[in-house]
Amino acid sequence: MLLIDCPWCGPRDENEFQYGGEAHIARPKDPALLSDAQWADYLFMRGNPKGRHRERWMHRSGCRRWFNVERDTVSHAITAVYRMGEAPPATAKPAATGDATSAEPRSSGDPGQWPAGGAE
Amino acid sequence: MPAARYSIFSLLRNAATYHREWQAAWRSPDPKPAYDVIIVGGGGHGLATAYYLAKEHRISNVAVLEKGWLGGGNTGRNTTIVRSNYLWDESAHLYEHSLKLWESLSQELNFNVMFSPRGVLNLAHNLHDLRELQRRVNAIRLNGIDSEILTTAQVKAMVPILNCSPNIRYPVLGASLQRRGGVARHDAVAWGFARGADALGVDIIQNCEVTGIRREGDRVVGVETTRGFIGAAKIGCVAAGHSSVLASMAGLRLPIESHPLQALVSEPIKPILHTVVMSAAVHVYVSQSDKGELVIGAGIDAFNSYAQRGSLPIIEEIMASACVLFPMFSRLKMLRSWAGIVDVCPDASPIISGTPVKGLYFNCGWGTGGFKATPGSGWVFAHTLAQDRPHPLNAAFSLERFTSGALIDEHGAAAVAH
Ligand SMILES: Cc1cc2nc3c(=O)[nH]c(=O)nc-3n(C[C@H](O)[C@H](O)[C@H](O)COP(=O)(O)OP(=O)(O)OC[C@H]3O[C@@H](n4cnc5c(N)ncnc54)[C@H](O)[C@@H]3O)c2cc1C
Ligand SMILES: [Zn+2]
Repeated sequence: MLLIDCPWCGPRDENEFQYGGEAHIARPKDPALLSDAQWADYLFMRGNPKGRHRERWMHRSGCRRWFNVERDTVSHAITAVYRMGEAPPATAKPAATGDATSAEPRSSGDPGQWPAGGAE
Repeated sequence: MPAARYSIFSLLRNAATYHREWQAAWRSPDPKPAYDVIIVGGGGHGLATAYYLAKEHRISNVAVLEKGWLGGGNTGRNTTIVRSNYLWDESAHLYEHSLKLWESLSQELNFNVMFSPRGVLNLAHNLHDLRELQRRVNAIRLNGIDSEILTTAQVKAMVPILNCSPNIRYPVLGASLQRRGGVARHDAVAWGFARGADALGVDIIQNCEVTGIRREGDRVVGVETTRGFIGAAKIGCVAAGHSSVLASMAGLRLPIESHPLQALVSEPIKPILHTVVMSAAVHVYVSQSDKGELVIGAGIDAFNSYAQRGSLPIIEEIMASACVLFPMFSRLKMLRSWAGIVDVCPDASPIISGTPVKGLYFNCGWGTGGFKATPGSGWVFAHTLAQDRPHPLNAAFSLERFTSGALIDEHGAAAVAH
């Protein structure tokens, strides 16, 4: 069971929170320009790394605000909590295995059409 | 080395020598430098794939590489519910093909997989549930698959210990029943397919983790493993919760997230539950094993994880649900709980498919409900690997569907997703 340090309310039991999946997947700026493959990547493809994962949580039974968490998907240890719009913490060490792209804000597809996502 | 057939006579013969002379069920060879096909993952699906490659397609220069032990993944951790009552045509055909293979699997493999078609009940707790079940039953019957609706009284007659009082928060208003559904012995399925594949010449190599996928240009040439490089022009990844990790070794991303899924068993008691009971609204599914333990399955933890352990609140919730439906369970002690890492797809349907990398195939995304598909999944994946194109039964389950938008949305349709 996780103990999550809400940036506004402090450490609370996992039960109070709602999980929001992988963080830093920015909505395409100009959706009409996206190819089917780019849509598929945006909507469905995920890094799903074994190791460090940046993800969104919402304090459902508390302040009801969204924020980001950096957590290890093997040990479940939380290594950082930061607010929406804040840059993710500097990369300490890469995930043990898994997907390099998940460590950085996503920018798949054609970067010209699909700007690299900042934090939401 | 042809495997000795199991029979009442082999049992008697071995009893005479105090069961000390049984021959190993499969060899443990060192890996060869190269194979025609490498299967990554020695769970039920991977072993079934290897078996059908050798049996149906005469491709036996095959290795199954397993990082731990056979069936140590979700195959050996699941609640073993087998059924084929899925809503959409694509799923119905695939799971029904699998159910038909289950029905003769013990004979096919000469290994008792203890398939027990004791019926699977899906409960309805409100009018919407009931109408949804009726719609499903109609769709399922149109596909030629057995399915029927029971009234509350019929459910009560079938499962007398079920709380059918109208005064509970989620009263039982009826149920759907698939009589041909049931349960099977999870690890026997892995062992049976392993023994069968081995007898046909497949090398089963345990304690051999794939750590890299070697490519030359746009095609695969082999895998890096903890036991060195092993070459193959075709690689089938059947790694359940670890599929994304393998995909990333080839520079691919999958529409999959890994989550813990928990289950638990009670102390063994006398037979009281003769069928499988599932409820989507109350979220619980339970059956009684031949040893007498109640086998109870929970939901997934919401967060991504590779840890094979889930959080306690999930267990508390499932037990609260179980005690509402079966008040007598409140006196039981639970013996142990565990988790497996399930590979969840956005449309709750599997991916059985080639990839943009030539020679690299994935069979994954079975999530919380792939045990029932073990023989069928291996059968269609063997076809896909051997012929380099899907069988009509798995053509719709391609990776392409996430680009084309032709998803097979079984999330709402599959009741509890197991
Ligand atoms: C608690 C629980 C309950 C469930 N209940 C049901 C149910 O009632 N009915 C149902 O139909 N389904 C159920 N399921 C789902 C079902 O268990 C799975 O869909 C199915 O067993 C998957 O089989 P598999 O062979 O693909 O995976 P696994 O058995 O997990 O096999 C994958 C194998 O790949 C190996 N592997 C991974 N990475 C590597 C690597 N790099 N190199 C080598 N080997 C590797 C793993 O060690 C593992 O042995 C349940 C699952 C869980 C966890
Ligand atoms: Zn808060």
